[in-house]
Amino acid sequence: MVARLTRGPASVSELARPFTMSLAAVVQHVQVLEASGLVRSEKAGRVRTCRLEPVALRAVEGWMVDRRTEWEERLDRLGDFLQQDHHDDQTQEGNTP
Amino acid sequence: MITRSVHHDTFAIERTYPAPPSKVFKALTDPAAKAQWFLAPGDWKASDYRFDCRVGGTERVESCPPGGEPHIYDAVYHDLLADRRVVFSYDMRLGTQHLSVSLTTIELTPVDGGTLMTFTEQGAFLDGDPASATSRVEGTNFLLDNLGQALAG
Repeated sequence: MVARLTRGPASVSELARPFTMSLAAVVQHVQVLEASGLVRSEKAGRVRTCRLEPVALRAVEGWMVDRRTEWEERLDRLGDFLQQDHHDDQTQEGNTP
Repeated sequence: MITRSVHHDTFAIERTYPAPPSKVFKALTDPAAKAQWFLAPGDWKASDYRFDCRVGGTERVESCPPGGEPHIYDAVYHDLLADRRVVFSYDMRLGTQHLSVSLTTIELTPVDGGTLMTFTEQGAFLDGDPASATSRVEGTNFLLDNLGQALAG
């Protein structure tokens, strides 16, 4: 069900199609997914459309995103440091008679 | 309660620096040079920095955001090839919580006007994000149990 939703929003009956269970059972599963924060659904007329909650999916990679962001910031600071170092070298060379 | 989980993943970052590989290598391996850029900036307080840069040597940074828990980085160096490569592994902890264990490879390649750095981290990221992942993982497990029962029934 979650795999189907990664391809885009789907109605409850679309979600139920591959499974050999009743629509009521599928509705129950959707409710579990909604309670877990992984999925949200909206009812328009007689059709309930479900979609994934991207924030919840990203959380599984939470620490990795933190590590990556931290290193990106560090490596940018390294760039600033190298540039500064380069200017210092040039200044020193310029001062040498 | 923390739900125990491990997420294995790899990420890579590339940067091109306008400095020769020897300069970049020095900035990565010389403790005085590294302290200039590696430590957390701004209002973070670094309470501990140690760096023994040799194969088998260790590096430790303990730093704290204002009013926050200490972030503890503990690394061991595995491979140092002058001007070319640095390989280390590190643990990351937030207070007493173990966040990740990573293997990091930094490769330096001379390019026109400078150095291309390729930074690759392969990690075991532990226990997700405690605030949001816990309920989601439990919910998903519950769903999968239900689904298993439904398919068996």
